[in-house]
Amino acid sequence: MFPIRIRDLRFQPNGRKVLDGVDLELGGDGITLVLGPNGAGKSVLLRTLCGLIEPSAGSIEWGGGAPPVFGVTMVFQHPMMLRASVLENVALALKPHGVAHAERQRRAVQVLARVGLANRAADSARQLSGGEQQRLALARAWLVRPRLLLLDEPTASLDPSATAEVERIVREIRTDGTRIVMTTHNLGQATRLGDDVVFMSAGRVREHAPVQRFFARPASEEARLFIQGELPWRMNF
Amino acid sequence: MPTFSETFFQALALLATFDRRVADIVVLSLEVSGAAVVLGTVLGLPLGACLATGRFPGKHAATVLINALMGAPSVVVGVVVYLLLSRSGPFGGFGLLFSPSAMIIAQTLLVVPLMAAIARQVVEDAWQRYAEELRVMRFSWWQSITTLLYDCRHSLLVAVLAGLGRAMSEVGAVMIVGGNIDGATRVMTTAIALETSKGDLPLAIALGLVLIGLILALNAGAFAMRGWAMRRYG
Repeated sequence: MFPIRIRDLRFQPNGRKVLDGVDLELGGDGITLVLGPNGAGKSVLLRTLCGLIEPSAGSIEWGGGAPPVFGVTMVFQHPMMLRASVLENVALALKPHGVAHAERQRRAVQVLARVGLANRAADSARQLSGGEQQRLALARAWLVRPRLLLLDEPTASLDPSATAEVERIVREIRTDGTRIVMTTHNLGQATRLGDDVVFMSAGRVREHAPVQRFFARPASEEARLFIQGELPWRMNF
Repeated sequence: MPTFSETFFQALALLATFDRRVADIVVLSLEVSGAAVVLGTVLGLPLGACLATGRFPGKHAATVLINALMGAPSVVVGVVVYLLLSRSGPFGGFGLLFSPSAMIIAQTLLVVPLMAAIARQVVEDAWQRYAEELRVMRFSWWQSITTLLYDCRHSLLVAVLAGLGRAMSEVGAVMIVGGNIDGATRVMTTAIALETSKGDLPLAIALGLVLIGLILALNAGAFAMRGWAMRRYG
């Protein structure tokens, strides 16, 4: 499945250049943070990677051949919470995999323990806090043991403690062998979690570099201004 | 001629003494309308969900047709079913005309469009919120539909209740295909129409009270259940 080679990827609905020739290569390990201003195309890139959006042009080559059916999954900023218990919401992820009901529940209980929601298993998912709902969504994704997990601003509306808990789980999922690509506007989070950074603007990848190098010596003026704008106290590069 | 109050008290007496005629008519009504609503639920809700989530040629035309059929006059549906089930019709060989089965078929045809139209609206809203995530989890179309129907189950109670109300209150179709035969196909609405025309108002009022009481009880039960579900599941 890896490396994933994205070549000249374009998505231009009604002529609007949402993705304007993205070139990117993703290896099989680590956490990649996709940064960039609003409208840069970060979320669309993730949606294209997991097959939700058909690109207008370009290609995505998956190492080893055909795109995986079950190997890629995605967690959204506002995840789906069915009117059902926490356990049922998590176990749901195994339904398309043909896993028997009892086994789905058993595995869901295990993964809920790993995200710290075992004691909430019987509660209604919709009554969880925002941070707990995001942990539920991560548990649902983790349950299917994806090779590639795409996270679209999973901590965008969370407080610092909920954010820290989500980051802990993301690290654990990565340690479990899942490749992670994540969008965020939180540059502190990028430095804490990321191995490498993809910086996008106007539908293109402007820079792809290891985290430390990106923040210490951004190669492009755009990236430098972006970091300055987001982290004004780090203006001395 | 008895006064209104005398007639009303005679009707209450029929109910208080569990009058056999009233009981038989009420039981048959519940059996026929209940069966029609069960069939309507099995057919109408998935049909509505398919219209909400599917992409196929003629989807808009099908939606318009279903919406239009919601208001189909029950006598017209009765005539159509009559023609289909009559001896010379395509299904005449089954000998269903003037039987409770024929009434169930007619009422099912009446409630399916109504339930499907309500289900389409409810499920479409959920589909817009969940479609991407269900696709990411690789749910098949059918799995998506069953998941959405399950998630919307409390809202879909409205569709079931609307179907039940339509089935229990209609008179034209069951009159035509059932024949209003005493002890065989006489239900509350046809009995009320007949007894009123005969001047037997106590029986008509007693049946009317039962009909209204049942619909009130069902709505109260559904309201309570929906309230509980909202508190439980949000």
